[in-house]
Amino acid sequence: MLSDLKSALRPALTLTLLFAALLGLAYPLALTGIGQALFPEQANGSLIREGDRVIGSNLIGQKFTSNAYFHGRPSAAGSDGYDASASSGSNLGPTSKALAERVQGDVATLSETTPGSPVPPDLVTTSASGLDPHISPEAAFFQVERVAKARGATENEIRALVRKSIEQPLLGFLGEPRVHLLQLNRSLDVRFPAR
Amino acid sequence: MTVAGWGLILLFVAILLALAKPMGLWLFALYEGRITPLHRVLGPVERGFYRLAGIDPNEEQGWRRYALHMLLFNVALLIFTYAVLRLQGVLPVNPQGFGAVGADGAFNTAISFTTNTNWQWYSGEATLSNLSQMLGLTIQNFLSAATGIAIAFALFRGFARREVKTIGNFWADMTRVTLYLLLPICIVYAIFLIASGVPQTLAGSVDATTLEGVKQTIALGPVASQEAIKMLGTNGGGFFNANSAHPFENPTALTNLVQMLSILAIGVGLTWCFGRAVGDTRQGWAILAAMGVLFVAGVAVTYWQEAAGNPVLHQLGALGGNMEGKEVRFGIAASALFAVVTTAASCGAVNAMHDSFTALGGMIPLFNMQIGEVVVGGVGAGIYGFLLFAILAVFVAGLMVGRTPEYVGKKIEAREVKLAVLAIAILPLVILGFTAIASVLPAGLAGPLNKGPHGFSEILYAFTSCAGNNGSAFAGLTAGTPFYNGMLGVAMWLGRFFVIVPALAIAGSLAAKRHVPASSGSFPTTGGLWIGLLVGIILILGGLTFLPSLALGPIADHLAMVNGQLF
Repeated sequence: MLSDLKSALRPALTLTLLFAALLGLAYPLALTGIGQALFPEQANGSLIREGDRVIGSNLIGQKFTSNAYFHGRPSAAGSDGYDASASSGSNLGPTSKALAERVQGDVATLSETTPGSPVPPDLVTTSASGLDPHISPEAAFFQVERVAKARGATENEIRALVRKSIEQPLLGFLGEPRVHLLQLNRSLDVRFPAR
Repeated sequence: MTVAGWGLILLFVAILLALAKPMGLWLFALYEGRITPLHRVLGPVERGFYRLAGIDPNEEQGWRRYALHMLLFNVALLIFTYAVLRLQGVLPVNPQGFGAVGADGAFNTAISFTTNTNWQWYSGEATLSNLSQMLGLTIQNFLSAATGIAIAFALFRGFARREVKTIGNFWADMTRVTLYLLLPICIVYAIFLIASGVPQTLAGSVDATTLEGVKQTIALGPVASQEAIKMLGTNGGGFFNANSAHPFENPTALTNLVQMLSILAIGVGLTWCFGRAVGDTRQGWAILAAMGVLFVAGVAVTYWQEAAGNPVLHQLGALGGNMEGKEVRFGIAASALFAVVTTAASCGAVNAMHDSFTALGGMIPLFNMQIGEVVVGGVGAGIYGFLLFAILAVFVAGLMVGRTPEYVGKKIEAREVKLAVLAIAILPLVILGFTAIASVLPAGLAGPLNKGPHGFSEILYAFTSCAGNNGSAFAGLTAGTPFYNGMLGVAMWLGRFFVIVPALAIAGSLAAKRHVPASSGSFPTTGGLWIGLLVGIILILGGLTFLPSLALGPIADHLAMVNGQLF
């Protein structure tokens, strides 16, 4: 047994170092090189720029509070939500009082601005990452009235914009119909600049 | 539930079945040590590694030597990663300037990644430098996966070989799997991920100014290279805290499908490879069929419960399925499917927060892990775990009909059954024992975020996940404490090596036996009866062992949920 152990010493130590060099350094660094050369946009985080200013990433959700923008889902990332250096879900369970109270509060606020319509579930639930860049089409339509009022546009104009921004599932069934919030809000700024 | 949702599930199962044979052929070539086309490119690397390390790849090892070499290698890897994490503050490629990881945290994480668990008490983007992610963790993702497959190969040889003392060479098995299977697939896979939007950069983060004029710091890093092996090697340790729910780890519905497939791809291939190794591919298909029954049942329950939603929230006016802790781009079907896939295997990556699943929706992932992650299972670990159950099943069948149990041409005798029970018993011992301890000590009770039965579920899930080397979490649990880091670290080590060593002992004992040709007196291990028996054994063992704990956790939680009782 001791001789078995001794004979393993050199292979164990040498292979640890060799594999560390191959898998821990060469592999990720080579891929970094390939990624930066072939897909620099994606490899660097799919950033959106306006001039030389970075306004966000195409994949990462942002927080919207103004009435003139469509709002996203509640977020548990960071203390203030949508902190892209602290992704997190709420981790509240199905029988959590804290969850029920939060949802109750959000439902009440939303029903105030848009009375009479049922609240879309994604608008009152936190996403898994806290950085969900999307909302459901229902959640977007739900907010049309409020945004139209704030933008001084007709509801039909805003609704048409939402309809145009709906992304359908791949091949009809992979993924869910969704609206990219940041893109929708940017096109709002272009089409109906805030007064 | 929707037609599109079931369409996704069907498509997933169909692709997986189609993958079994091609992946199995690839694995079988490595199992036999044959030359593959990839040898032309990577052969010199393999030979160079052997030369520098003083390894003779043709040296045949008995099970003790195989096990000791495997163990010593894993200890060396463990120390290496521990050192990288502890020295993080002084090592380069640390753009955010993170300090050293604490002793208990580094202990936990080093064990976690060495044992293919990838339990994470920390939040990646706020704790680990890019170098730690690459050098400390990515290497373990490969080698823990390769170790698992090597053990599976050794056990296959035990069944396949006749009257010999040896079960292969650990170094050769592990190196070949790494170089000719994992690395090439990961290179292609990572490039696909980058093209789909997964970052691959040495930069730490970038600052953006949002449309509303707020500063948003966006964490980046070499994500794609780690993501690829994280899924393929059933590791599951995310670059970011939110794991595969993070849009940078899993940006689209397509990447999501590929990620789910890559979790189980090698596992299904190994079932075919086993059949081929023992000279009857129907044996492999029978195993896959039994796994398939358990898998589809699990998916159906979780999908049904998540689509039905939480009655507590319905009462408040938020109708529809349970979207708490789920991403809109995946929706309910792809989140439920992912949860079952990741716990069927010992992967542990998540694309939705299991903690926020409905009570029964979250119980299925928990139960999947408690039955030993043998529904396809982790790379290597799934099939060797399953074969332990197969040994028990033929033993039980033998008792029922009064025949000496045989499996794929080998007599199963007292020694093999004892060793199999030993390996199977470690899981309930660690899970239930440690959960009990944590449920009464103040340090353990300080962990759960949720109160009531769901809080207990969080503790139970943590020990189940760690002992099963899964790594997913009911992540509300605050696990970054010395108590949990220590206890869960020990649980991971026991759950890994106290299964592997008995499995290797079985391999050694079987290899020494002579081949018994199937006769009219043999219990057939291919048909529907056998598949039913396997499923039954797994469910009865898992059910009897864990039902009381499930009653205290998810089942109590479910009853509270439907009655609107909150905690």
